Amino acid sequence: MKLVTAIIKPFKLDEVREALSAVGVTGITVTEVKGFGRQKGHTELYRGAEYVVDFLPKVKVEAAIKSELLEQVIEAIEKAANTGKIGDGKIFVAELEQTIRIRTGETGADAL
Amino acid sequence: MKRLLTILALFGALSVAVTPAMAQDKPAEKPTATAPAAAPGATATPAPAPTPNKGDMAWMLTCTALVLMMSIPGLALFYGGMVRAKNMLSVLMQVFVTFSLIVVLWCIYGYSLAFTEGNAFIGGFDRLFLGGTFDAVKGDFAMAATFSKATPIPELVFVAFQATFAAITCCLILGAFAERAKFSAVLIFMVLWFTFSYTSVAHMVWFWMGPDAYTTAKVVDEMNGKAGLLWQWGALDFAGGTVVHINAGIAGLVGAYLVGKRIGFGKEAMTPHNLPMTMIGAALLWMGWFGFNAGSALEANNSAALAFINTFLATACAVLAWTFGEWLFKGKPSMLGAASGAVAGLVAITPAAGNVGVPGAFVIGTAAGLVCLWACNQLKHWLSADDSLDVFGVHAVGGILGALLTGVFNSQSLGGPGLVTDWVTGKVGSNPILDQVWIQAQAVGVTIVVSGVVAFIAFKIADLIVGLRVTEEEEREGLDVNSHGETAYHT
Repeated sequence: MKLVTAIIKPFKLDEVREALSAVGVTGITVTEVKGFGRQKGHTELYRGAEYVVDFLPKVKVEAAIKSELLEQVIEAIEKAANTGKIGDGKIFVAELEQTIRIRTGETGADAL
Repeated sequence: MKRLLTILALFGALSVAVTPAMAQDKPAEKPTATAPAAAPGATATPAPAPTPNKGDMAWMLTCTALVLMMSIPGLALFYGGMVRAKNMLSVLMQVFVTFSLIVVLWCIYGYSLAFTEGNAFIGGFDRLFLGGTFDAVKGDFAMAATFSKATPIPELVFVAFQATFAAITCCLILGAFAERAKFSAVLIFMVLWFTFSYTSVAHMVWFWMGPDAYTTAKVVDEMNGKAGLLWQWGALDFAGGTVVHINAGIAGLVGAYLVGKRIGFGKEAMTPHNLPMTMIGAALLWMGWFGFNAGSALEANNSAALAFINTFLATACAVLAWTFGEWLFKGKPSMLGAASGAVAGLVAITPAAGNVGVPGAFVIGTAAGLVCLWACNQLKHWLSADDSLDVFGVHAVGGILGALLTGVFNSQSLGGPGLVTDWVTGKVGSNPILDQVWIQAQAVGVTIVVSGVVAFIAFKIADLIVGLRVTEEEEREGLDVNSHGETAYHT
């Protein structure tokens, strides 16, 4: 099993969710986050007081998947979240040791 | 010991300020014809006392409610939107409670000090607890003069209308030290400043014996002598450029210096937490300001119409001036800028409202937008004060600009209505522009000195009694939860 974490532009969330559903991902967790990467922040001006906003709002999508789905999932996210402009985000892949479905107690790939 | 001496010195200064007013009141010459309280027609001729016009009464009652709306919720939301979310309720509370406090003080002694006969600097105690405004046994209502002969309104209407002015003026000051002042210190300051600065400046600028007192050429000097100092000088202030805006703006600046900068000022982000509320507040201010300015005519008449259109036009000009100015010099036209421009225009047109013509409104509004934009960007940095919500940059600067330009555009040669040169006949003329501007400048100077000195002493007293600021920890966590035990928003 793999844990795929994608940091994407907020307005791309719906497209990414649809693309993931299409390749057979059955559940994702979404968090609104802030961060910085290569994309620069912006400045805001309030009556002469200038503030640099370093951290930009992004959406973090987490999906726990079967290892064999990995290639398709990465491709789906890459395609759906791509605008070609700086700040499109990143995808992180990690090994996933165990999964447990709380209701039934199922474990491993069956619990995904 | 030093603290004790300071307290004693301040009390000494205050009692000196009080005694002339009391001394003046004692000779008890029974001022039957105090100006707004006047029904002087009765003393002059045995003809029946004029009854108030129902249209005037309806208009003035409506205007009074409009000025309340300017303050709460208008000013409260305008200010509240500009602070951080953790201090939202503290701003709303300070405005709400200050307004109520001043209305109470107004009815106890404020109205009397401002609008009864005393000396040139402050009134007397003739209307303490509004005594004499209404005789419950006979059912008689005392009348207050307007600006037309034999056209009174019930004095209680005038009391209520002016109460809202006193209250909103004090509320304006709050923006200068928002987000760190101690609530108790704010209230102590308000009581002192209202008592010794507001009532005094209002008396100096607005108290006179009313048009009906000017029966013959013989009494003119005597009646003029009973008016407030700045009225005697001939200063023009239609709805409160000096009394309200310069008065409040200067007190705010003194407060910003004495209370000190917010922790993290200039280093941490202090962005407005809700600009839509600021926009709603500015819009309510604009609407309510029709009551403030056009209502200051005290009658539903031509003068009110002139004040009304000027309040419309100058404000719109100022919105455009600030917006395009900001766009040009700062890159983007902001909502906060447009809202600030509206308030700047309203402030500047206040002393001018019924005192200038349409050309004056164009120039005053446009100038206010640009000058206040500069004051809130450049001048603010030069002053190096943390005037959180730009009370000085908008109200003092806009007020001074408006007061001076009123002297220019009042002239009939520049489309203004001119001024009454003879109250006996009601003859209207124009002063030479430079003369009038000089008079206006002197009135501005007196207001700055009175408000500045009183504010300084009042803040020092509040500091000695309770301290001006909350603790650093409380400030960081926010005033809402620490001063008021509440949170504005639950997520």
